[in-house]
Amino acid sequence: MIERTPLLNIATHIILIFGLVIILVPIWLAFVGATLTLQEVNSAPVEFWPGDQLLVNLREAWALSDFGQKFLNTLIVATGVVIGKITLACITAFALVFFNFRGRMLIFWMIFITLMLPLEVRIVPTYAVAANALTPFQTIMDWTGISWLINAVSGIEVALEWNLLNSYTGLILPLVATATGTFLYRQFFLTIPDELVEAARMDGAGPLRFLWDVLIPLSKTNIAALATIMFVYAWNQYLWPLLVVTDRANYGMVVVQLSDLVPDALTTGGGTPTWHLAMAATLVVMLPPIAIVILMQRWFVRGLINTDK
Amino acid sequence: MRRAYFKFSWIAAALLAPQLLIIFVFFYWPSAQALYWAFTLEQPWGGGNTWVGFDNFRKVLSDPYYWGSVRVSVIYALATTVLAMGMALTLAIFVDRQLAGYKAYRVAIIWPYAVAAPAVGLAFQFVFNPGAGIFSYINTIAPGWWDLSKYPWQAVTAIVIAGAWKQVAYSFVFFLAALQSIPRSLTEAAAMDGARPLRRMIDLQLPLLTPTFFFLLVINITDSFTDSFGIVDTLTGGGPFRATDLMVYKIYADGFRGFDYSGAAAQSIILMLLVMALTFVQFRYVERRVHYT
Repeated sequence: MIERTPLLNIATHIILIFGLVIILVPIWLAFVGATLTLQEVNSAPVEFWPGDQLLVNLREAWALSDFGQKFLNTLIVATGVVIGKITLACITAFALVFFNFRGRMLIFWMIFITLMLPLEVRIVPTYAVAANALTPFQTIMDWTGISWLINAVSGIEVALEWNLLNSYTGLILPLVATATGTFLYRQFFLTIPDELVEAARMDGAGPLRFLWDVLIPLSKTNIAALATIMFVYAWNQYLWPLLVVTDRANYGMVVVQLSDLVPDALTTGGGTPTWHLAMAATLVVMLPPIAIVILMQRWFVRGLINTDK
Repeated sequence: MRRAYFKFSWIAAALLAPQLLIIFVFFYWPSAQALYWAFTLEQPWGGGNTWVGFDNFRKVLSDPYYWGSVRVSVIYALATTVLAMGMALTLAIFVDRQLAGYKAYRVAIIWPYAVAAPAVGLAFQFVFNPGAGIFSYINTIAPGWWDLSKYPWQAVTAIVIAGAWKQVAYSFVFFLAALQSIPRSLTEAAAMDGARPLRRMIDLQLPLLTPTFFFLLVINITDSFTDSFGIVDTLTGGGPFRATDLMVYKIYADGFRGFDYSGAAAQSIILMLLVMALTFVQFRYVERRVHYT
């Protein structure tokens, strides 16, 4: 279809460029801030052109926040969430779609409901559980009298404890505990043609073999899409790591570290705000997920659209 | 659901167990715990919790600070949603014309999705800071006119702009995908009938976007209730004078700084009901209308 619309084309570019300016200006200003010296960044007319201090500031911000260890931690947690989520989503959806058992719908709905309440909304009690992840079982055993029974029979006091505070497990598990991805996989499994399953069974494949040799190779695009989304999601977590990790030196994540760099009376002691360091750190922290989104754009868009939040 | 192929066996149980265990410990138990706390009060000197019925809710609902928090949360939700969706829709419609460079435009609009909320908050705090930000010009003319840490309305404006900025990419992706799934035959038929591009935008594309529009409306509002913590914490810290004390932020502050678990739990329950109602609306009324082709 060919149409000549020179005026509208110019208008289109103008509108788009205007939109881009709005989107890019804050980050550009942050970038410029990261390239200035302490005096320049605090001088009144706002600077629009970068200075030459970028590397110096980056190095100082990096050392100040001890980013080496924190990047490693964030990478471990993000990878853990990605792998955990994909594995869980895949096997759960597989069991729900391909097995016949009573209560299938019940289990489906039980998992489905977890989509409704994001971690932020139930943050206080989730934190309490993380302090001892076995509390639920302890409480149930106390209520049902199993603890008493064990105590009476063997003389052992039942006191289950598994503290997840300040650990990678504690950072990862609650982030994995929703149904995001399970539905992406379910949708995909529902599109598998009957003939494929019949053929696999005819060839003598059991369920696990079918999953491993047929379904997983077919779901590579799913895996890529889900991995992109989950990596960005895990990397950018803030509230949860802020609470679970008190031992920042060993288990701190990069995004949480930003809250320490907010230049207010607390961090500068009433001195000149160190905007140049705060902005340099912000840039460093933003970069990995942005790189992932740009490089994996196709998968990212697919994942975003198909994943129920 | 489809016909199942395999009989239930220990394999299926083993495949389901991890997910069920995790959601039991980290989802159902905490949610039940929140309910328990919301209806009980912890004794100050130990001795467990006592049942207090709706007292915690009554206390929360008669607290003017809580209503202040609800008010600013609603303002934040509506303002960010309108700004972000308006901008996303405009950009998506024009990007969809696929002129030269449209891929570059697309990437440039999508990437802010990847920026962590606290990073957005911090960057905007720099942009808006009274000493050397973009408003420092005004401050050189009228000293002290712009100061986020003093004037509530300025702080609210700042978190709204930062929040909207962060949300644009998400809506944009959905609008663009919806626009691109409009069948070519429709566009061509309209063109044959003499509809120019602008006419087609108004009479063809916008009406066909309605389902996506409603879907995004609900999602954006829900997100603004739950996702705002990082921005508020780094940009304003809930102040000045609690002007930006959004609901999630208040739950955090009351629960972890004030150690008022019962109050925080009652607030959590109210927020949970709100989010569930929105999600219910989304699944019940919105999603079904998304498939229009």
